[in-house]
Amino acid sequence: MSVPHVLLALLSEGPKYGLQLREEFEAGTGEVWPLNVGQVYKTLGRLERDGLAESDGTEQEGPQKRFRITVGGRQALVGWLRTPPDLTSPPRDELVMKVLVAARVPGTDAHEVIQAHRVYALELMQQWTRLKEGEARDDLSLALVVDAELFRLDAVIRWLDAAEVRLERAAAEPPRPASAPVPVPQLRRLGARR
Amino acid sequence: MSRAGRGGDSGNTVAVLELHDVSKTYGQEPARVYALAGVDLSVRAGEMVAVMGPSGSGKSTLLTIAGSLEEPTSGDVLVCGMALAGMPRARRARLRRRVIGYVFQDFNLLPGLTAAENAALPLELDGVAVPRARAAGLAALEALGVADRAGWFPDQLSGGERQRVAIARAVVEDRRLLLADEPSGALDSVNAGEVMRLLHEACPRGGAAVVVTHDAQLAAWADRVVFLRDGRVTGTTTRPPGPESLLMPGEIR
Repeated sequence: MSVPHVLLALLSEGPKYGLQLREEFEAGTGEVWPLNVGQVYKTLGRLERDGLAESDGTEQEGPQKRFRITVGGRQALVGWLRTPPDLTSPPRDELVMKVLVAARVPGTDAHEVIQAHRVYALELMQQWTRLKEGEARDDLSLALVVDAELFRLDAVIRWLDAAEVRLERAAAEPPRPASAPVPVPQLRRLGARR
Repeated sequence: MSRAGRGGDSGNTVAVLELHDVSKTYGQEPARVYALAGVDLSVRAGEMVAVMGPSGSGKSTLLTIAGSLEEPTSGDVLVCGMALAGMPRARRARLRRRVIGYVFQDFNLLPGLTAAENAALPLELDGVAVPRARAAGLAALEALGVADRAGWFPDQLSGGERQRVAIARAVVEDRRLLLADEPSGALDSVNAGEVMRLLHEACPRGGAAVVVTHDAQLAAWADRVVFLRDGRVTGTTTRPPGPESLLMPGEIR
């Protein structure tokens, strides 16, 4: 999870207090990801335990405590920036499952199912775009976050488009002989993954 | 005359564009091809509607019919309450020049004219006196942030600037209906978004826009998205809640 490393990144600019870290975290991520103050202190505690950050050393708890990054913390931060996140697909993408199932359940209009999901994804995109129109104009962090969401949803819609074309083609083609079976999605195997 | 007089200026209650059961077919039975099959669409003043669909879905046909560049096989098209069917050719041409603005994929600026001359062109073609037309063209360039390019020729402009000039030409002197076909052309995604922002902003008080695109990111700029497939409307977005609802998706773990 990225919260500890974002905090390390903020500390790499200089020593900071917990409340300040929370504010800067939210501002730096376009205020799209709220972070409660308890979580900030819990994470700082862990960073301290692991030797990645240190506090002023006073016994005072809470907002009086100032934190700074350690050499180990800087190394951890640099390493994290260059480590690719896990981009493998989720074990069971719910939308993919729905479309796979819609294609098989008798009496289901797969196009209608696809269309419903497409409309929903586009409505979400419209909402994100409204942000782009307003606040994100002058807020680089927010603009980057909004773009990421838009590209992700755009990919969903493109996949739905492609799925629709495939279903249409499959419906138009005569069934192949048994010797060359049509590759049917194997729901059982997918479901068993992980 | 009376037809125009009744609907023309009765304000925001009249839809800027209405399609009623519009069909467009090519060829004869049994080989008849439906480009549009019974499309209903109403675009209110101030509204930007995106029409989205795969190639061959009929979206470009819809736009050319809305812009009176092509006639439907059946059904009615009304612009600002005026029915296009039966409208004398000259009146229709005037409507195209004064009420409707077009933005094309490849910008379609005339290479021999400066940015200001391009922007003023629809007015000059309509017989507006040159000084007044030029002033309006300049004002449109100003609104789109390219007034400093007024004296430049299209081939001296960047892609983004060219598209701004094209939009300026489409909105010059407050046209009521803006029609755009894949208006971002070959621009990169950030610049393409900028074009959509400008179109949305240019969607002037009392005006409306219809943008045809296959790109969901561009369609998302619209107030409403209509999905077209095989010449039929297969769905439409409902007005989504405000962006506030996105801002608190919950705590991060």
